[in-house]
Amino acid sequence: MATSAPALRTSVSTPAWARWANDHRKWLFAGPAMAFVAVLIVFPVAWTVYLSLTDAEGSVRAEKELTGAANYLDVLADTSRFWPAVLRTVEFTGIALFFEVVLGMCIALLLWRPFRGEKWVRVAILLPLVATPVAVGMMWRLILDPNIGFANQVLGWVGIPPQPWLAGEGSALVTTAFIDVWQWTPMVVLILLAGLTALPEEPHEAALVDGTTGWQRFRFITLPMLMPTVVVAILLRGIDAIKTFDILYATKGKGGGSFHEVETLNVYAYGLSFDYNEYGVASAVLILFFLIIIGSMWALTARRREELS
Amino acid sequence: MRRQPVVISTSLAVVAALGMSACGGGDGGGSGSKTVRVTLANHVWTDNIKKALPEFEKQSGLKVEITQLGEDQLSDQYNVKLNAGSSDIDVMMYRPLQEGKLFAKNGYLADLTDDVKASKDWNWGDFQQGPVQSSTYKDKVVGVPTITEQEVLYYRKDLLKKSGIANPPKTLDELKTDAAKVAKDNPGVAGFVARTGKSAAVTQFSSFLYSFGGEFIGDGDKAAVNSDAAKQAYAFYGGLIRDHGPKNVSTDMSWPEAMAIFTQGKAAFYTEADSLYKNATDKAKSKVADTVGFAPFPAGPAGSKPYNVPSWALGVNEASKNKDNAWKFIQWATSKEQTLANQKSGVPGARTSVWSDPEGTSTYPKDLAAAIAVSTQNGVGHDRPLVVKVPEAREIVGQPIVDAITGKDPAASADAANEAFQKLLDDENK
Repeated sequence: MATSAPALRTSVSTPAWARWANDHRKWLFAGPAMAFVAVLIVFPVAWTVYLSLTDAEGSVRAEKELTGAANYLDVLADTSRFWPAVLRTVEFTGIALFFEVVLGMCIALLLWRPFRGEKWVRVAILLPLVATPVAVGMMWRLILDPNIGFANQVLGWVGIPPQPWLAGEGSALVTTAFIDVWQWTPMVVLILLAGLTALPEEPHEAALVDGTTGWQRFRFITLPMLMPTVVVAILLRGIDAIKTFDILYATKGKGGGSFHEVETLNVYAYGLSFDYNEYGVASAVLILFFLIIIGSMWALTARRREELS
Repeated sequence: MRRQPVVISTSLAVVAALGMSACGGGDGGGSGSKTVRVTLANHVWTDNIKKALPEFEKQSGLKVEITQLGEDQLSDQYNVKLNAGSSDIDVMMYRPLQEGKLFAKNGYLADLTDDVKASKDWNWGDFQQGPVQSSTYKDKVVGVPTITEQEVLYYRKDLLKKSGIANPPKTLDELKTDAAKVAKDNPGVAGFVARTGKSAAVTQFSSFLYSFGGEFIGDGDKAAVNSDAAKQAYAFYGGLIRDHGPKNVSTDMSWPEAMAIFTQGKAAFYTEADSLYKNATDKAKSKVADTVGFAPFPAGPAGSKPYNVPSWALGVNEASKNKDNAWKFIQWATSKEQTLANQKSGVPGARTSVWSDPEGTSTYPKDLAAAIAVSTQNGVGHDRPLVVKVPEAREIVGQPIVDAITGKDPAASADAANEAFQKLLDDENK
């Protein structure tokens, strides 16, 4: 390292390793990054793919046999746990994403124009975002407890009968989606607000002169111009929501509750590996999950590309 | 250009999700080091051991590093670290009935046979037979039992008195009538509460099952959860909670939630492990500390048959490079002195000599000591199906419990559970 390059070329007594290093410097410099990728990305993925093709169970170090696509076929034929989990993943992501984007847009529009106390309002809105999801889950679990929780007490004051919330077979998934909305809408607000502040003023002014209504200006000027940012927000939030684990696990525990009420693909894969020790099947589920995420991402970006062209 | 960061962050995130089943801990060195790394569960036992620890460190010259986790987190931790062959756990607190078979089969637990035999003063022969069996795998001792548990009936003396009930129920039928009566006399108070989570409830349900004359597994490894007795037990347990339990009862309750309802004064009867009794009698934790009473598990058609099990044991990680010192810690933590000290602060141990010593039960509420004495006599040695895949089995045999609680047909559910359970048994015996 200390030897400078010109000296290297002229001097004959340069040690062999230094010359070798100089000749291979493009590999040498890229080496650490490549090693990082290999160890932390390529190896885990390859190992998971390998495990998914074996009958590994109990311990990943135990003897295992290659079983080909058997795990995949089993999983795809499983209508009691896998497909309901897929459905719940879609449902959870759909509900959460819809409300987050709609609410996020409304709040971002409200915060767009400067007003008094703006700073404080922004800080308050961003608070849920910085809380730990597990803590958020525990907090809501206490608030929504059907017997001693605050939520039902409030409902009682206005004469509404207590609701089961997280404890209900039908209401648990929607309730967790609501918690997700509560926590992550601020992130959407943040992204959309950044997009809004970057928009040019002129089209608005022109439209104002033309006597348009507020809704028209939003629908035909703001929204189309903001669309790229909205897509980014949907993409980021969607991928995150699909993979939600912490809130679901903190509120309903193993297997997404006694009836698997909130068992999404991620919770299912976790249960398979850590409760059942079915590492082969768990890996197959994770690989399928991986493909689903890549697929939906590709579909979203492809649509976007189409729109652009 | 704008899309790129999104793609990168996405792929990283996806990889993180994928890596879940492939990740593992690194090896911590420390061969024969002076530091013993001990992983323990959250338990009164652990609190007591931590308090007494300086004494051990002083006399042995070793340093003990304790990691303390909740039951589920502890299981996950073991799954990750032991799978990776990590040596950074020396002593591990584990549940012989829950993970014992799996861990021993995987070779995670070191063979302690020679150690227990060589330690004459410490006296392996003093440990109760049932617990010893459960921490022995294929004639090798793989763990030392620390805590035993029996199921007893917790009840509220004041509420019973108010309703004119002189004695706690002796039979399950009486329990039902008494629960109904107390609930009727005290609006807002449930007659009965117990665990409701599919998997969590299985252990506490087991005493009901046995007392109705049922079992999880019958002769010849046949699933038995759809026997007439089992169906009656499911219907009874679920019905008791459905009809006389808290309103809007959640089906996710394990002991912390159920105990909270009882100690908040919101339930009259509660069936639970005796090892948790301090939660109910400790004034700092319980609003009903002064009025809680204990009784033996009520008798069913087959008599009173509560479980009597070793709930926790200490083992040594096979991959540990510090096995000798790990054994020294176990020897101290399970010594007669520590067992007695622990038992005096409310944690039932596994040593016969401590139970026969009047000092061993001196701090127990009198009715609790009496109830435990009954349980240890007619108790059943397991509180869950004895299989390798316990978590999966618990979910299967627990399904009829939650179905019964939510008002579905427990008999049909028991038939379905039996079929699934038989499949699991067949798979394991292949």
